[in-house]
Amino acid sequence: MSETQAELSPAAAKAPAKVNMIQALNWALDDAMSADKNVIVFGEEIADPEGGGIVKISHGLSTKYGSRVRSTPISEMGFVGAAVGAAVVGFKPVVEIMLMNFVAVCMDQITNHAAKLRFMSGGQTHVPMVIRTMTGSGFQNGGQHSDFLEAWFCHTPGIKVVMPSNPADGYGLLRSAINDPDPVIFIEHLNNYWTPGDAPERGKLIPLGKARIHRPGKDVTVIGYSRSMLDIPPVAEKLAKDGIDCEVIDLRTVQPMDMETILTSVKKTGRAVVVHEACRSFGVGAELSSRIHEALFRELKAPVERVASEDSPVPYAPPLEQAFLYTHAELEAAIRKTLA
Amino acid sequence: MVMTQPDSKTLVAIYEKMTLIKHSDDRVIGAMKAGRMVMPYYSARGQECIPAAISVQLTDEDYLVTIYRGVHDMLAKGLPPKLLWAELAGKVTGSCKGKGGPMHLTYPSKGCMVTTGIVGASMPIACGLGLATQLRGEKRVTVANFGDGASNIGAFHESLNLAAVWKLPVIFVCQNNQYAEHTAYSTGTSAAKISDRAASYGIPGVHVDGNDPIAVYSAAQQAIARARAGEGPTLIEAKTFRFNGHLIGDAGEYIPKAIYAEAVKNDPYPRYRNWLVEHQHASATQLDGIDAAIKTLIDEAEAFAMSSAAPDAIEVKRDVYATEIA
Ligand SMILES: Cc1ncc(C[n+]2csc(CCOP(=O)(O)OP(=O)(O)O)c2C)c(N)n1
Ligand SMILES: [Mg+2]
Repeated sequence: MSETQAELSPAAAKAPAKVNMIQALNWALDDAMSADKNVIVFGEEIADPEGGGIVKISHGLSTKYGSRVRSTPISEMGFVGAAVGAAVVGFKPVVEIMLMNFVAVCMDQITNHAAKLRFMSGGQTHVPMVIRTMTGSGFQNGGQHSDFLEAWFCHTPGIKVVMPSNPADGYGLLRSAINDPDPVIFIEHLNNYWTPGDAPERGKLIPLGKARIHRPGKDVTVIGYSRSMLDIPPVAEKLAKDGIDCEVIDLRTVQPMDMETILTSVKKTGRAVVVHEACRSFGVGAELSSRIHEALFRELKAPVERVASEDSPVPYAPPLEQAFLYTHAELEAAIRKTLA
Repeated sequence: MVMTQPDSKTLVAIYEKMTLIKHSDDRVIGAMKAGRMVMPYYSARGQECIPAAISVQLTDEDYLVTIYRGVHDMLAKGLPPKLLWAELAGKVTGSCKGKGGPMHLTYPSKGCMVTTGIVGASMPIACGLGLATQLRGEKRVTVANFGDGASNIGAFHESLNLAAVWKLPVIFVCQNNQYAEHTAYSTGTSAAKISDRAASYGIPGVHVDGNDPIAVYSAAQQAIARARAGEGPTLIEAKTFRFNGHLIGDAGEYIPKAIYAEAVKNDPYPRYRNWLVEHQHASATQLDGIDAAIKTLIDEAEAFAMSSAAPDAIEVKRDVYATEIA
């Protein structure tokens, strides 16, 4: 996994300094398609006649790339399976599952086929595909349109899971996911789409499996990804005023996890807090906490804390939806607890 | 459907494939009963005719996707018997290094792309292989095999629709052996004929006697021509029967005795052999020669499998990802 510097597209010169995630991902798809004719894109309503995707991430691509970009029938099992088949013979399909909960109707193709064909064929075939999907609570979408299900995929050997938090990472990680020889689930957060961030450098890929130190610090390591990277930095700045110096790490890729960066940090701070929007039990936080305890038990100054959502379906009514998600106050309390 | 009778050479080639499938199957079951091999084995004894009559019309470039009951499809398409047997025996010399087994046979150099253990899952993947072919402007066709029970799962319906709207060069071959595990056809399937379901998707649906090589050959010939010409998919339902239950160990108590006896009486293998001789497409001596050559092939395959080494434990860590992760 090396950082690749591809040719810069002419658009880079006049790119604005701040863009949102939608623009960054659109560039990533566009640049990947122009760099490699094996990249094909399909999903529901993603071609221009159908609007270029529900948040318009694939806007303009079907006009530019023709039959390599297709709107599909509402057949997740059918078109995710078709991506598996095309990937087995050398295409690099990028399919969009409109919302993350809909993976439930095509899990068979993901976990029994995409994830396992390399192994079960003894390495004769492999499945270089990307599934892009989006999710997130806070939009009153209720129980079937808001879940974070990353742990399902992390728990399936053969799959990689990428969860960007900002436009620049989104671009570079999606390019790497498309180039990756294994299936990648690329999970986008509805909350992050419209938040402006630094514009990506077009052509610059970010390797999978490498976390990013968002804020260096010495007292406690706070680890997040995706949406929680919108919540952790303001709390860290608030605590800084009280003399608590947080080291904030954005995982970026959840599987494989960058244990080197995490353990180096926790070795230094002796304390760790893991933050995710997915419900608490049996989740990524549990895995991370366990790995930190296994590696650094004697060096820890406090048990690893988990900050996550309630173990309930995502509710509809705003007060319930707020009660479901962790609050900044809970996050602050968890960090302080490790220092108590 | 218009019947096409292939020439004698092709008819004998079909016989040769059927013989390979039948002998291999008989011998695998023998090895299991003698305790030399242990596995979940889904015999296709009785269904030989279907892949034999289709595969004689395919090239190594054409793609095949099949199911756990798919050894017959794989052998007909060209999976070498030695690699099959070593895989069944779980040896490192098997086509999948012993990591796949009978339900996941794969051999891309002969177009044997995927074998799935999940009912219905062969069909969406076949659509993707067809899409790849279409985007590259190639002439390959993809054959997707599945059972009668699989025509009741969503993947079947999504795939037929997708293949129809995208005009994919896929031939959906339903090997209707009249049972899905212990469930008889009419208990689980609403349509009088599975081929009738093609009409819902605006594609041709053909019902043939899957024990008649000429009928299967003719249906496949038309479907292959249509796919190669870019006219889209076809659903072929080939009606047949499985003689050895769902898997070895299943005594088949749920099959009425009269139905079973009738099926055995009409065993397509000896019937076809007699027909070839009777109609002078081959002499009995010529067919004896084929049988003997295949027996040698299976002897060699079994010896190869038995004498090969088991995979090293380190293999559990390999082929999970392109590069091993911690
Ligand atoms: C999705 C799924 N459900 C159930 C099973 C268990 N199962 C294996 S084979 C089978 C029957 C399938 O019958 P059919 O499609 O007629 O194929 P046949 O075995 O007769 O060749 C069932 C239910 C499975 N493998 N996959
Ligand atoms: Mg059946």
